[in-house]
Amino acid sequence: MEITLNINHSMHHVLIRPDEFLLDTLRNMGIKSVKKGCDTSSCGICAVSVDNKLVRSCAYYSIRAEGKEILTVEGIREEASLIAEFLTGEGVEQCGYCSPGLVMAIYTMKHELDEPDIESIKHYLAGNLCRCSGYEGQHRAIMKYLEVK
Amino acid sequence: MGVNQSVPKIDGKGLVMGKAAYTDDLAPENSLIVKVLRSPHAYAEIMSIDTSEAEKTEGIRCVFTYKNVPDKIFSRAGQGYPEPSPYDKKILDRFVRYVGDAVAFLAGVDEESVDEAIAKIKVTYRIMTPIIDFEKAKDSKTIVHDEDHTRSMFEMGHEPSRNIAARYAMEIGNVKEALKSCDIVHEGRYYTQAQAHCTMETHTAASWLDLQGRLVVMTSTQTPFHVRRILAKNLGMPISNIRVIKPRIGGGYGGKQCIHGEFFVTWVTLHTGLPAKIIYSRKETFQSTYTRHQMRIDMTIGAMKDGTIKAINMEVLSNTGAYGEHALTVLMVVGSKTLPLYNKVEAVAFSGDVVYTNTTPAGAYRGYGAIQGNFALESAIDELAEKLDIDPVVLRKKNMIHLGETSKIFEVMGEGQEGTPMTIESCELEKCLDICLEKLEYFEKGKSREISPHVVRGIGIAIAMQGSGIPHIDMGSSILKLNDDGSFNLMIGATDLGTGSDTIMAQIASETLKVPMDKIIVYSSDTDLTPFDVGAYASSTTFISGHSTRIAAENMIKEIKEAAKLQLGSNQVEYDGMIITSDKGDISLSELAEKLYYSEHQKQLVSSGSYVSSTTAPPYMAGGAEVEIDKRTGQIKLIRYVAAVDCGTTINPNLAKIQVEGALLQGIGMAMYEDVNYSDSGQLINNSFLKYNIPTRMEVESIDVSFVESYEPQGPFGAKSVGEIGIDTPPAAIANAINNALGVRITRLPIKSENVWMKLNHN
Repeated sequence: MEITLNINHSMHHVLIRPDEFLLDTLRNMGIKSVKKGCDTSSCGICAVSVDNKLVRSCAYYSIRAEGKEILTVEGIREEASLIAEFLTGEGVEQCGYCSPGLVMAIYTMKHELDEPDIESIKHYLAGNLCRCSGYEGQHRAIMKYLEVK
Repeated sequence: MGVNQSVPKIDGKGLVMGKAAYTDDLAPENSLIVKVLRSPHAYAEIMSIDTSEAEKTEGIRCVFTYKNVPDKIFSRAGQGYPEPSPYDKKILDRFVRYVGDAVAFLAGVDEESVDEAIAKIKVTYRIMTPIIDFEKAKDSKTIVHDEDHTRSMFEMGHEPSRNIAARYAMEIGNVKEALKSCDIVHEGRYYTQAQAHCTMETHTAASWLDLQGRLVVMTSTQTPFHVRRILAKNLGMPISNIRVIKPRIGGGYGGKQCIHGEFFVTWVTLHTGLPAKIIYSRKETFQSTYTRHQMRIDMTIGAMKDGTIKAINMEVLSNTGAYGEHALTVLMVVGSKTLPLYNKVEAVAFSGDVVYTNTTPAGAYRGYGAIQGNFALESAIDELAEKLDIDPVVLRKKNMIHLGETSKIFEVMGEGQEGTPMTIESCELEKCLDICLEKLEYFEKGKSREISPHVVRGIGIAIAMQGSGIPHIDMGSSILKLNDDGSFNLMIGATDLGTGSDTIMAQIASETLKVPMDKIIVYSSDTDLTPFDVGAYASSTTFISGHSTRIAAENMIKEIKEAAKLQLGSNQVEYDGMIITSDKGDISLSELAEKLYYSEHQKQLVSSGSYVSSTTAPPYMAGGAEVEIDKRTGQIKLIRYVAAVDCGTTINPNLAKIQVEGALLQGIGMAMYEDVNYSDSGQLINNSFLKYNIPTRMEVESIDVSFVESYEPQGPFGAKSVGEIGIDTPPAAIANAINNALGVRITRLPIKSENVWMKLNHN
């Protein structure tokens, strides 16, 4: 079936299967920042923004996204680039596989949390797993980024 | 210039910005999708297998069973050659030896057709009784490798008829006699579980034929050159016809130090001529790749009343699961990377059996052997201290290794072979301990204190050592090429797993060549375009490949000076990175480079360096845990973890810190959360992130890592390794902290709240 999706500020007519998840649709379109990490919607690697809410694209039907604004790191280049400066400044991106999902989570967190502190940040990002970093460096980077904002 | 600077990873921003970088991002668009039919049984013989319906399915290009793949026996382990692991695996076999073992594989144009076809493969199994419990495996009626098909490349005690993959024993002095003369002898038995790596990118491989018909393999591997060798031997192709490329990979931790999907995709490509790719599901990654070796370790330690430790005996039973990847080497590391910590003993003995069972195979995992041995040894040291009524820190300080000392174990035990004698040339272990004690206020607060009538806190300590590569085996090499603007291409075999080794090598080249980092362009891990390197394992990259890069850079300076002599017409030139000076005039590096390309005394300057070490400089560390326990529920909270590390010079302090922080949390996961359970029939129960709980950020209260100043004369710019050591201490330190809080000793990992509660209430 054909649907129209608003992805990264432009409209796309895409052919999908009715049961297709947004993760597959985006990857098939060449948006490779969105990655798969598990089979059970547990890791947050595939996180994208839909109407400024964080969703797991592996468990979000593409058809549900019609009429909504879908953002990946490719669509928030300036903001993502700034977040990237702080993450890489701590050396905490490591293998980088979870980074685009984390960046999107930080992006929506900033919209959703009024005065984020370390506890509310940890709660918000709890679903974004990382096996390389031990998280402490991520938290250092995020606190510095939020101070600048 | 480059060394001891916290520069960002050269590929970091690109990765965070989501650039196509990993195998599946870069695999050809039209790749056939490859999937594997997995065994539902823990042990069975395939009596018949009918693929006709699957083959007829629309979109299916090929289906393979044991009948139409090479019938060769090998080890999947990516390690030195000949491998110190038994040859016991085939691409596909008539026997399946664990739930998740490969039965067949197939390729089709899309996932739907492959899923449809895989369900149509009809297999009749003769189900056999599996052996799941590793303590019952030796001489069990169930023999995991029943046929006479396995072999070892050299003597390693390989006895498949007894379910023994490998065994090892050594004794220095007479332990029995030494123990007899001791005032106090502590005996303890410790269990560690089969931890899963949980790389965020699952195992992924792609292959295609290039213009010349050569086989190109892109794969998430830690060992591209070993992959090329193992593929060539078992596909029956010359090495020259295979190119293996490691793109960026989403985590390794040892889990990608082995062949996994590479045989499946390459066989499909060779048969169809088409590109093919395989992406393991998360369940497949849990069930059908490999894990850390589960172990039982028996410790006997004897000491005099004054705290002099006289004898240590360590006996290990290790579970390698259905196949024996790294069986011998992991076993030996249990002793060789722990026992030298207490080097003043009169006698020390180490022995162990590695057994086969019908469970997921075990293989390399960060800190392999060392973390298991450390849990046993460092728990036992605390228990001994209690019996001696000596503070465990005081006991450690009295007996532990110091600068300028040695241990006979270095000479006797290597990894799969004899060791190498060495004297410790850098060791700040005492300072590491003192930093931990000070930060934890160990002597001020005491090892335990009551917070409320129900809540207690405890502090526990452990020390650790690791190695820096395997002497006389691990080799790294590097090539430098001068460009016409004075920049350099650095081509290295070293394999960056996300750890930042590409950046570390750029820093070392920049430091040696005295040029800014941005003049170094790194390309790594491509068997056609980069020189050989064993790959990323055994904590070898900074220490071994770092030296090869330094040597290549030093050789490049020689080349530049020779070229400058010709250009300037002088016999005496000096190089400072920017300018080459002489009595006959000066020339900048970029001017020289341009002339060399286009106008005068034209020549491409290329240099190389390769390095094999004769030593394995151990890094050292101390780790301390503070836990809080609610006695009513057993709930354990890790309040903080403090670590101080001596890894010599930190080439990149930020990246070193993240290595330790990340490793600590993996160690904390193993200590407290990551449980592995099989059903009686051998089904792995913990096969998803829902059932296998790695720590989330909610489990992290405070991880505090610091580095002590240290310089290793054998290391590049004074550096030792830092990738593995961080994982070693948490299990013992946390067990010691819990014991100090409650007086309850837990000797089986993971230590979960319910185990504490059970121990408190039912002992």
